[in-house]
Amino acid sequence: MFHTVGKPVLRKEAHAKVTGAAKYVDDFSLPGMLYGVTVRSPVARGRIRNIEFLPGIPWDEFIIVTAKDIPGENCVALIVDDQPYLAAEYVNHPEEPVVLLAHPNKYLTEKARGAVRLDIEPMPAIFTLEDALAKKEIVWGDDNVFKTFLVEKGNVDVAWSDAAHLVEGEYRTGAQEQLYIETNGVVARANPEDGITIWGSMQCPYYVHKALLKPFPLPPEKIRVIQMETGGGFGGKEEYPSMIAGHAALLAWKSGRPVKMVYDRAEDMVATTKRHPSRTKIKTAVSREGKLLALDIEFDIDGGAYATLSSVVLSRGTIHAAGPYLCPNVRIRSRAVATNAPPHGAFRGFGAPQSIFALERHLNKVARVAGLPPEELRGRNFLHRGETTATGQEIHEDVNLEALLSRGLELSCYHAKRREFAQSNPGSRIKRGIGFASFMHGAGFTGSGERYLQSVAAIEATREGRVRILVSSTEIGQGTNTILAQIAAETLGIDCADIEVAQPDTAQVPNSGPTVASRTCMVVGRLIETCAIGLKQALSKVGLLGTGYSRSDFAAACTRYVDQFGGLKISSQYQAPPGVYWDDDAYRGDAYGAFAWAVCVAEVAVDTSTFEIRVNDFTALQEVGRVIHPVLAAGQIEGGVAQGIGYALYENVVWRDGRMANGQMTNYIMPTSVDVPRIRVFFEETPYTYGPLGAKGIGELPIDGPAPAILNAIENALGVEVNEIPLMPEMLFATMAREEVTIG
Amino acid sequence: MAKVAIEFRLNGVARKLEAYPMERLLDVLREQCGLTGTKEGCGEGECGACSVLMDGQLVNSCLVPVLQAHRAEILTIEGLAAVAELHALQAAFASAGGAQCGICTPGMILATLQLLERAPHPTDEQIREGLAGNLCRCTGYQKIFDAVREASRV
Repeated sequence: MFHTVGKPVLRKEAHAKVTGAAKYVDDFSLPGMLYGVTVRSPVARGRIRNIEFLPGIPWDEFIIVTAKDIPGENCVALIVDDQPYLAAEYVNHPEEPVVLLAHPNKYLTEKARGAVRLDIEPMPAIFTLEDALAKKEIVWGDDNVFKTFLVEKGNVDVAWSDAAHLVEGEYRTGAQEQLYIETNGVVARANPEDGITIWGSMQCPYYVHKALLKPFPLPPEKIRVIQMETGGGFGGKEEYPSMIAGHAALLAWKSGRPVKMVYDRAEDMVATTKRHPSRTKIKTAVSREGKLLALDIEFDIDGGAYATLSSVVLSRGTIHAAGPYLCPNVRIRSRAVATNAPPHGAFRGFGAPQSIFALERHLNKVARVAGLPPEELRGRNFLHRGETTATGQEIHEDVNLEALLSRGLELSCYHAKRREFAQSNPGSRIKRGIGFASFMHGAGFTGSGERYLQSVAAIEATREGRVRILVSSTEIGQGTNTILAQIAAETLGIDCADIEVAQPDTAQVPNSGPTVASRTCMVVGRLIETCAIGLKQALSKVGLLGTGYSRSDFAAACTRYVDQFGGLKISSQYQAPPGVYWDDDAYRGDAYGAFAWAVCVAEVAVDTSTFEIRVNDFTALQEVGRVIHPVLAAGQIEGGVAQGIGYALYENVVWRDGRMANGQMTNYIMPTSVDVPRIRVFFEETPYTYGPLGAKGIGELPIDGPAPAILNAIENALGVEVNEIPLMPEMLFATMAREEVTIG
Repeated sequence: MAKVAIEFRLNGVARKLEAYPMERLLDVLREQCGLTGTKEGCGEGECGACSVLMDGQLVNSCLVPVLQAHRAEILTIEGLAAVAELHALQAAFASAGGAQCGICTPGMILATLQLLERAPHPTDEQIREGLAGNLCRCTGYQKIFDAVREASRV
């Protein structure tokens, strides 16, 4: 049916990446370039009294930038303009940037960084959600609260009395470092005449473009942002590049020379964003038949010191908190609060992994209380087509979660393994267990987000008879270049190799929106599909393209068109699918154009003498609409699962007064090739009407399920309930010791 | 500290250069030799992005003072294949989906090269152990394992 969609065509940058030829920002230099470094606050909160430049450094050779050197506004433009590029009077978190230094000698800048002494009068600071909510100190606004949401469906308060069972629980998730293997970095060239050019590692060139308009008094066309090959993002290069780009540009502006800033690993880990820590409290009412009658959820996240993206992270987390279940009465109250940690930010899943962790752990508890197997409880409460989510969104597409769950359990031999482990565990030092989670992930910006973005994509025919895709959507490893080329090639009836993807450069490509929110394939891919249809029509209309054309006919038609008319470029702007409407004020309606649905099953082994936990097998089954590229799609799932395993079991950010104390790969542990089990990936394909060739979003979905599935498996193995991640061996030891005391 | 004269064979070609004895081999390769295919991921020998082969041994070039590379034979990703053609390993990584963002790929391919020299037909266990010093945040390693298996069949 398709000639390129669904086929494992070669990744567009494959050759460059396997030969080492691909150019990342640190591989790029300009003549006369300086190296920039950032001097950061050693304290969590305080008033800057003095900045001292200690002897032993040739300071007259250095370019030194402080807040007063910023030509325009000192703020990183995002949602609320509360975060400065450089702290002027007060610092609000450890590692907050205060001074920038640049020098031609990279080694000397490092030495100089240590010779700047910040004299800061400490002020009381807060480091926990609880202290923020209790207003132990007010560190942001009037009440430490960045944002609150309320979702109400039915009336939870009337449901309690009818319930056969009331079940309550509290769930916590820790911070997580994105840990892209390429750290944040940019090269900047800046002066008042030519404006600013940034080359960098980033997900969202237009975010950087918008941000730089504040500190620099320049018209938009004088700011140019170019994405280099990017060594992973996972959300960590969504908003942060606006900060480092601004810093490098300030140094370049003052010096008149290009400036490179590339963080070392320690700086990247302690100073840049992480996943928001969370706490969720859930109370459910369940009928005798195991039907959910009411879901009352309090979902709180720690946003760190500045607002950044916390409100939208909270929004996605809030909407996903009720999961893929039908419940007549739902109340979700959520808050994002300020503490004196570096701002937490975007990370794959964007709030959903936190709230889904809570719900999928909680439903296992509900099942136990209701006397039902966990799969049976979920089976009685799944959403169907025609039913509504917590925000009142009616599901218009076919979804069969019962079948998805049964197939997932079958593929993983869930029932057989439950029986087997029940037999083999008693008397064994190694206890094995199996658990699952069922969940969904909305594709595209939440609520009205896509309407506000008004993304534009374009494609053009070239004189050489090829087709070029023009988008600001970035290739960060996930396969953007390849899948967009496939969508265009499929629609145009030509080969993927005939399609080029332009380097994201704000001077050359339209704003197709940020590369976030599982939106690139579904939303931008759809725009490319529309453009491709337009391009084909344009060629046909002037008689250059008949029916039944070959690749070479098509190429010849492009060449002739360009020769005859000077060029052929087709743009397309986002339009919401019919019937999709979100009410911002009531916080109700169609939260997402489409949801991807999934079930994942984890098998674990716990050594009861060392409390080491291993994931021995993992099955991931998902319905993501049409699979555009089977290898890239499976790669997204496998990578997300591995990150989810790390989130659940290994990746422990140790906080000391708001500062990450283990900012090294030596003691912040991500999964290695030895830690990740075989991951078996399966897709079901229900084409989505408004996705390109039926595709939905995929990128974030796979990190939502592993953590609760793994903890459900641990519960199966040990019979203990642990509701906090990351679950380190010492925590499991403490829990088991406590349980034994209670029992015995 | 003064610079010293260093000689080594880099990707089969004799090189002479001057460097501070404690300069990292990684920096010398990237900055003096202009071979930027070797990447820095962590600078502390944890991630393996800077892996190169030195006298046939896989090393983290961020931990090797250049003095130690004096008179050594060094292979970087750039030396693996002739200009136009991919090495079988590179071709396997490309077709199996073993490279996503690509930043760990040069080091991962060199680690695989050494693994397959030691065990031409490795078991899954050997593959996992052989690549355990090279971190990948994108793939969850599965497609890298596929690439290694594919290459070991060639």
